[in-house]
Amino acid sequence: MPPPSSPTAPGAGFELSRRQVLIGTAGTAVTAALAKVHDAQAVAHTKSAPQSPPGTHVAFTLNERRVALDVDNRTTLLDALRERLHLTGTKKGCDHGQCGACTVIVEGRRINACLTLAVMHEGDSITTIEGLGTPDNLHPLQAAFIKHDGYQCGYCTPGQICSAVAMLEEIKAGIPSHVSSDLIAGSPVTAAEIRERMSGNICRCGAYSNIVDAIQEIAGGEA
Amino acid sequence: MKPFTYERVTSLQQAVNAAANSPGARFIAGGTNLLDLMKLEIEVPQHLIDVNGLSLDAITPTEDGGLRIGAMVRNTDLAAAPQVRRDYAVLSKALLAGASGQLRNKATTAGNLLQRTRCAYFYDTNQPCNKRRPGAGCSAIGGASRQQAIIGVSDACIASHPSDMAVAMRALGARVETLNSDGQVRTIDLTDLYSAPGATPHIENILNNGELITAVTLPKPLRGEHIYYKVRDRASYAFALVSVAAIVLPDRTGQLALGGVAYKPWRSEEAEAYLPDGAEAVTTHLLAGANPTAQNAFKIKLAERTIGLALSIAPS
Repeated sequence: MPPPSSPTAPGAGFELSRRQVLIGTAGTAVTAALAKVHDAQAVAHTKSAPQSPPGTHVAFTLNERRVALDVDNRTTLLDALRERLHLTGTKKGCDHGQCGACTVIVEGRRINACLTLAVMHEGDSITTIEGLGTPDNLHPLQAAFIKHDGYQCGYCTPGQICSAVAMLEEIKAGIPSHVSSDLIAGSPVTAAEIRERMSGNICRCGAYSNIVDAIQEIAGGEA
Repeated sequence: MKPFTYERVTSLQQAVNAAANSPGARFIAGGTNLLDLMKLEIEVPQHLIDVNGLSLDAITPTEDGGLRIGAMVRNTDLAAAPQVRRDYAVLSKALLAGASGQLRNKATTAGNLLQRTRCAYFYDTNQPCNKRRPGAGCSAIGGASRQQAIIGVSDACIASHPSDMAVAMRALGARVETLNSDGQVRTIDLTDLYSAPGATPHIENILNNGELITAVTLPKPLRGEHIYYKVRDRASYAFALVSVAAIVLPDRTGQLALGGVAYKPWRSEEAEAYLPDGAEAVTTHLLAGANPTAQNAFKIKLAERTIGLALSIAPS
């Protein structure tokens, strides 16, 4: 089975990317498995036509672009971003809201894209890592992560950066945290505050101290 | 995930009618717990009613000087609300001790109350669980039970309720307002919302099919020391082994509830009478009749010491 064409991946043909190879391999395995199931069902239900699962039309603003699509109701926002809209910067880690790799910013707030359905975002404004900066025009926090070596494998990084951008806005808005000594007065951007507020983003490589340094540099610069 | 139909509702009547007309329906608000369970096919709704379009996100004063919190107020907004920080600090502190920043941005007041246990055997569909399949057996009893409940348990289930928010609300004397599909409104004391596991641990609360929580109300603020202590295996983003929500008044009386020890926040007004006598006396009465496992019997001493810590910082 040939890999699906992707508008964002140039050089199809012999120059397969790692992503395309992985998709092609997985696709083959799935095709084989489906064929087996299909044979079994053909014996049992020869007359019933296959029904497509219930879906819904949804439209939202993604990185300042209007997007509309019909989705199977089961599609999480994360899967819609990655599989339907081909924005693969947002990562799937645990898919259960425990790791934060899928963090995106919806209506100005950071959320886990894996624990929300695409159909629940009609009319919303969504920002992913692709909307924060580009290789030629990095978001200041992206530049700070590079400067401070705030990653090793990089898989959690898009989620860390989206989370940190929204987290600094939460501090500015006066939202307290578990480690804030005064609930009313607001909190300074200390390392302790950053660690507590970023606890929903796990880094398996353990780049935490450099992540804190990167965030603190940006917070200091903005203050 | 099993297929399901989906609709958005914009009025309360529309919401409860939709639920009445589709028996396999569930309301979805934040979705952070329901979707997680749907992925594992522990929850298999045939229809989802999205209630995010209902205007239930206000925090307003009540006639008797208390506070009315809309069912859809997000955990982040409730923790940060100026009147909650000022008058119900125990609630802000409990909310901020729970989950992660991302989850608090989504999770709602009503959804938090109705979230399901984090018992590992409930989540592991390869293991027997009386909550998932009545009569299947309980893997936690005789299994890994460090995190489980120690009081109010039964031979069928020892799962604990995971909420921090609910513990503070119980200490404050919160009540829950609901709407039924026939238009009937009722008010339930938070402690009466939850059903003891008994022989039917799959029944977790007294709500009728399609009954919708619309608000939580708090009585007049108590001008004491508002304390929330949570003891857990990590410094952040972990469920409580034991937590204590307490409001201690200058005369050493007060109100207090425990989290992490039962199927609901655990409070006893009779035990609170012993507050001036100290933590040991309170704990003896509050946890009388506890039935822990060998692995979680430590929670009794841990509760006493955490209550002791709370009392030690209250003004004398």
